[in-house]
Amino acid sequence: MSTDPNIGPHRDDPDIINATGEWSLQTAQACIALLEKAPAHVKDIDGREIIRLDSTGAMLLSQLATRTGLALKEIDVRPEHQALMNAVRQLCETPPVKRVKDYGFRKMLERLGFAMEDYAKETLALVGFSGLTLQTTIKTFFQPRRFRATSTFHHMEQVGVDAVPLVLLLSFMVGSVIAFLGSTVLKEFGAEVYVVELVGIAFLREFAVLLTAILLAGRTASAFTAQIGAMQSGEEIDAIRTLGLNPIELLVLPRLFALVLMLPLLTFLAMMAGLAGGMAVCAASLGISPELFTVRLHESISVTHFWVGISKAPIFAVVIALIGCLEGFQVQGTAESVGERTTSSVVQTISLVILLDALAALFFMEMDW
Amino acid sequence: MNAILNPADIAISVRGLRNTFGEQVVHDNLDLDVRRGEIIGVVGGSGTGKSVLMRSILALRRPQGGHIEVLGLDVYSEDSKARIKIETNTGVLYQNGALFSSLTVEENVAVPLKEHYGALPDKLVHELCMLKIRLSGLPDNAAEKFPSQLSGGMRKRAGIARALALDPALVFLDEPTAGLDPIGAAAFDQLILTLQRALGLTVFLITHDLDTLYTICDRVAVIADKKVLINAPIHEVEKFDHPWVQEYFHGPRGRAAQGAQHLLEK
Repeated sequence: MSTDPNIGPHRDDPDIINATGEWSLQTAQACIALLEKAPAHVKDIDGREIIRLDSTGAMLLSQLATRTGLALKEIDVRPEHQALMNAVRQLCETPPVKRVKDYGFRKMLERLGFAMEDYAKETLALVGFSGLTLQTTIKTFFQPRRFRATSTFHHMEQVGVDAVPLVLLLSFMVGSVIAFLGSTVLKEFGAEVYVVELVGIAFLREFAVLLTAILLAGRTASAFTAQIGAMQSGEEIDAIRTLGLNPIELLVLPRLFALVLMLPLLTFLAMMAGLAGGMAVCAASLGISPELFTVRLHESISVTHFWVGISKAPIFAVVIALIGCLEGFQVQGTAESVGERTTSSVVQTISLVILLDALAALFFMEMDW
Repeated sequence: MNAILNPADIAISVRGLRNTFGEQVVHDNLDLDVRRGEIIGVVGGSGTGKSVLMRSILALRRPQGGHIEVLGLDVYSEDSKARIKIETNTGVLYQNGALFSSLTVEENVAVPLKEHYGALPDKLVHELCMLKIRLSGLPDNAAEKFPSQLSGGMRKRAGIARALALDPALVFLDEPTAGLDPIGAAAFDQLILTLQRALGLTVFLITHDLDTLYTICDRVAVIADKKVLINAPIHEVEKFDHPWVQEYFHGPRGRAAQGAQHLLEK
């Protein structure tokens, strides 16, 4: 007896199909080929000479039965295969429906619609969350006892002190790059000395605060989302609620205050480092000594630039803290969701920070500050 | 149906298994035989190394000593053909289903089929997936759902469907009824029994559930004192003279499960 699957007319009655060989997943393709050439009408199928049958083979045999008009008749197989054959036969009575996936224009519109709805919901959630946090802040203001100082200091260290080296290094680099950039352009007019104004204004007004905020959006917003998200998926937030504590007061306020305090300080450090970077390049390659640099800085740059820059820091801090925490609260159960929300929180904070910065630039320009 | 692999009656044979974690010895000179076509229930207290035993048999962990054969093949052999033969002949249901979260149930079931039988036509793969999904007792519409959209019980059924994708001769179940309500657990026990009868499976089942032991297991292996104390039908195991076995089978829960079984038998 060969192990290849085969069908042929039965020796007793040519109207009965005799199936032989191995009907299994391994021989599935040969079996399908046999199904194609099976006669349209037969009296019965005899599977007693099948030497090996698995669920794939049983499914194909029952398809053969359906094709040959034996929809209701039992197929005889070896006793050890009969249970399998009957079970599969029963399940194959109704053929599965293949849902056609729609990748067309309508699907695109549908996804666009869902995306818009998501945006609207996210915006609404952020506004709601800001209100809730504000309300809790005011409440805590009248009950200072409830303010979590330890937690706040812990977060100040994590988001502020620990970020200092990175902020200093990056600002110094960007400061020197701007000085280089300025000197190449200004050299043509023999006005290299204006590099001081360029670096000064750029850093005090825009770059220090923007750079720090983007850095903290990547470093801190993601950390907030991951921390709170892990707590959410471990049902810790639910535990906090049922113990009669307020998760906003416990988790959000310390993070918010820590960030609002630390971001301006980090911004100040970034300003200093950026100016130092510019000063270093001026001294090294433009022949402007640090003394001259400092004097020019004093003479030609008004302190307004500094105030314009630093005033944006608390606003960015609020944006980063709120989005980071809110996304954490929106985590649903799985570890995958924590990852998705973390990505989303970083993307949202960075885009919102840049958007707000652009609006602020317009505003300050109109105000002539 | 697994006659082509090995005519012998033993599906899994473990000899002299030794597993240690640092100083702590989990298994020492452990022997176990699992016969073809039986459902063996592995029980033991927490930390006695039931899962470690399963992971050793599945070659997910290399033990410190001993020899394990599955379907007559050495599980730690470096021969990749032998490995593939073992892997395509074993299906595993992990405790929480371990479904791939980014794929739908049907795609989960299709993963091993597409990997090992890539030449099969899509239509057949779809039909096979649906057959496995129906075999595991899930409704057709579960096929398009993602694991996160399923309840715990349905996730386990989907896990079974994926474990059965390649028609394995051997199925490993890690605490299949843990976390299910009693009705769901009883239904799952019946599902295992039905599948085992229909597909002629050998089932290696780790459980704490006394009802599972009484209703579906042909044999029960007790792990304690770093060894398999006894591997026998349950009526013999419950008479075995060992403090843990006595407490396990004759504690309040054990008595309740026995009582229920006697009622059923009547």
